[in-house]
Amino acid sequence: MKMKRNTLLTTITLALLVVFLYWLSANRMQHGMLVSVLQKGVILALVAVSMNLLNGFTGLFSLGQAGFMSIGAYTTAILIIPVKSLDGVYYMNGVHPAIRVLKMMVADSPAFVQSVFPFVALLLGGLLAALIAAFVGVAVLRLKSDYLAIATLGLSEIVRAIFSSPQFDQITNGSYGLNKIPTFPVMAWGLIPSLVTPFIVVGLCVGFILLLINSSYGRAFKAIREDEIAAEAMGINLFKHKSMSFVVSSFFSAIAGGLLAMYMRSIEAKTFSISMTYDILLIVVIGGIGSVSGSILSAFLVTAAKEWWLRFFDQPLFFGTWQVPLFRTGFRMVIFSILLMVVVLVYRKGLMGSEEFSWDRIIGRFKRTKKSEGGAR
Amino acid sequence: MSMTTILQHCLTGISLGGAYALIAIGYTLVYGILRLINFAHGDIFMMAGYFMIFALASFPWPVAIIITLVVTTVMGIGIEKFAYKPLRNAPRMSIMISAIGVSYLLQNVSTYFFTAIPRGYPELPYLKRIFQIGELSASFVTILTPILTIVLVVILMILVNKTKTGMAMRAVSKDFETAKLMGININRIVSVTFAIGSLLAGIGSILYFTDRMSVTPFSGTLPGLKCFVAAVFGGIGNIPGAVVGGFFIGIVETLLVALGYSTFSDAFTFFLLIVMLLVRPTGLFGEKNVEKV
Repeated sequence: MKMKRNTLLTTITLALLVVFLYWLSANRMQHGMLVSVLQKGVILALVAVSMNLLNGFTGLFSLGQAGFMSIGAYTTAILIIPVKSLDGVYYMNGVHPAIRVLKMMVADSPAFVQSVFPFVALLLGGLLAALIAAFVGVAVLRLKSDYLAIATLGLSEIVRAIFSSPQFDQITNGSYGLNKIPTFPVMAWGLIPSLVTPFIVVGLCVGFILLLINSSYGRAFKAIREDEIAAEAMGINLFKHKSMSFVVSSFFSAIAGGLLAMYMRSIEAKTFSISMTYDILLIVVIGGIGSVSGSILSAFLVTAAKEWWLRFFDQPLFFGTWQVPLFRTGFRMVIFSILLMVVVLVYRKGLMGSEEFSWDRIIGRFKRTKKSEGGAR
Repeated sequence: MSMTTILQHCLTGISLGGAYALIAIGYTLVYGILRLINFAHGDIFMMAGYFMIFALASFPWPVAIIITLVVTTVMGIGIEKFAYKPLRNAPRMSIMISAIGVSYLLQNVSTYFFTAIPRGYPELPYLKRIFQIGELSASFVTILTPILTIVLVVILMILVNKTKTGMAMRAVSKDFETAKLMGININRIVSVTFAIGSLLAGIGSILYFTDRMSVTPFSGTLPGLKCFVAAVFGGIGNIPGAVVGGFFIGIVETLLVALGYSTFSDAFTFFLLIVMLLVRPTGLFGEKNVEKV
C-alpha cells in the first residue's frame, strides 16, 4: 500500500515536471531567466552528484572536478563545432587537418548519424576523462586525504595548462578558447525539444549513479568511507573500489562539462579554474555531504540565488534618497562565502545531511505537525 | 643562451624562491601541528599585499611595513580562532572545507573592497635600486630576498630548537593529545604557530610583490598552492626542507619561463608534487610516518 502510494506520488511529480518543461519550451521567450537558471542548475547538479559520489560516499576528498569537466567540455566542443564555423573559430592558428577531415565525414554522413552525433561527442568526452582518471588514479589514489586533495587540484591545473598551451593551438585554440558551439540537440527525432535535452541526459546519469550507490559496490564505497582498514579486513578490494568511484565520478563530471559547453556556447581554459571546483564544493557542502537529493536541491537553489534572486546585492539600492550601504558589485559573492562558512561551522549537515529525499518523511512530518496542533488545542 | 643570461635568470629564480620559501614555512608549521593544509595561507599572503598598498598610502615606509606585518599576523591568528578552532575535533574533511571556505571568503571580500582590477604595488625606491655585478644587474630586493630568508630561517630554527615555546611546538606536532596531558597550552601554541606563519607570509608578500608590481584578489592562489608543493617536496613539517623546496621551485619555474614554456611552469609544480608523493611521500627530509589503526 505504502509502496504504491510512493510510486504514484513519484510518477505524478515526474509527469508534472515533464509537462512543466514542455510548457517552458513552448514559452521560452518570456521566461529566459528561468530557463537558463534551470539548465545551468541541472548541469551543476550532475557535477555536484558526481563530486558527492567521490567525497561523500567514498570518502575521497578530491578537488579535480573542474579538470575533468574541462576534458569533457573541450572534447565535446571540438567535435560538435560545425564545419562552416571552423575557420572563424580557429582564426589565429588554423585548425588541425585531422579535425577538419573528421568533421567533413560527419557532415556527409546520413541524417541519423548526424542527429546522434552530439550525444556520441558527449560520451566520447566522458570516456576520455574516464580513461585519464583510470590511469592517473593508479598513481593518485595511493595518497591519503589532504594529499589527495592537493594532487587532484594540481591535476586539474595541469589539464588546464595543457589546454591553454600554445603547443596545442590547432586543437584547443590555446588561450583564445572555443566558441560557436551549437546548443543542446533535440532528442528522439524532435519529440524532445532542445530545451529539455539536458534534463533527460542528467536524469539518466543521476539515475545510474543512484543505482551504483544502492548496489553492493555502493555499500563497499560507504564501508571505505567509514573505515578503510576495517573495509580492507572485510575483504573489500580498496584500490578497485576507489578507482571505480574515481573513474565513474570523472566520467559524469566530463558529461556535465560537455553539457556546460553546449549551454555556454563558448568556453576557454580559464572557465575551469580552481574557483569552479570551489563553487561545486559549495553546492555539495550546502546540500549535505553524502546526499544525492541534497546535492541536486542545492545545485538549483545556489544557481538560482546566484544568477537570479540575489542579483540585487550587486546593484546599488535606494530607499527614497537614502542609499543602502554595502550594496555594490561583489557583495553577492561575499554573502555566499559567509553562507558557506556558516554551514561549515554551525550547520555542518547542510540541507539534507546524509539523508535522502523520501515521501514517507515528508508525509510523516506533515501528519506530525497536524497532530501536535490538535494536541495544543 | 649565454652564461650571463642563465646566471641572470638564476638570480631572479633565487629571489622568487626566497619569497616562496617564506610562505612554504607557514604551510609546513601549520601542517606539522594541526595536520591541516591551510588553503587560506595564499590568501593571507595576498591580503598582506593589499595592506601594504594602503599602509604606504598614508605612512612612511618603515611604519607601513610594521603596520602590514602586525595586521597580517593578527589576521592569521583571527582566522585560526574563527574558522579552525571550533572544528578541532571534527573530521578532517570538515576542517579542510573550512580552510577552503576561508580562502573563498578572503578572495570575495577583497574583490568586493578592492575590485578585481589589478592594483599597482607601490615601489620602495630603496628596494628597487639597481646594482651592477660584472655583467649582471639586479635590484636590491633580488639580493635582499635570499639573504633575508636565510636569516629568518636561522632565527626560526633557534626559536624552535632552543626556546620553551619551540619545545612545546615540537611536542604538539609529535603528539597532540599527550602534549595536552603534559600541561601544554595547545591553543596558545597553535596561535603562536599561525602568528609566525602569517608574519613570514607578510614578509614574503612584500618581497614578492615588489618584483611583480600589481596585486589582484586571486594573485595569492597559485603561489599559495606552489608553496604547499614546496613544503611537501622538502618533507612536510620540516623547516629547512620547506626552504630548499621553495628555492628549488622558484629557480625551476623561472628557468621554464625563460625557455618559453611559461604555460607549463605552473603545471610543472603539480607534476613535481605527484611524482614526489609517489616516489618519496615523506619528502626530501621528512620522517617516516607509520599509519596506526
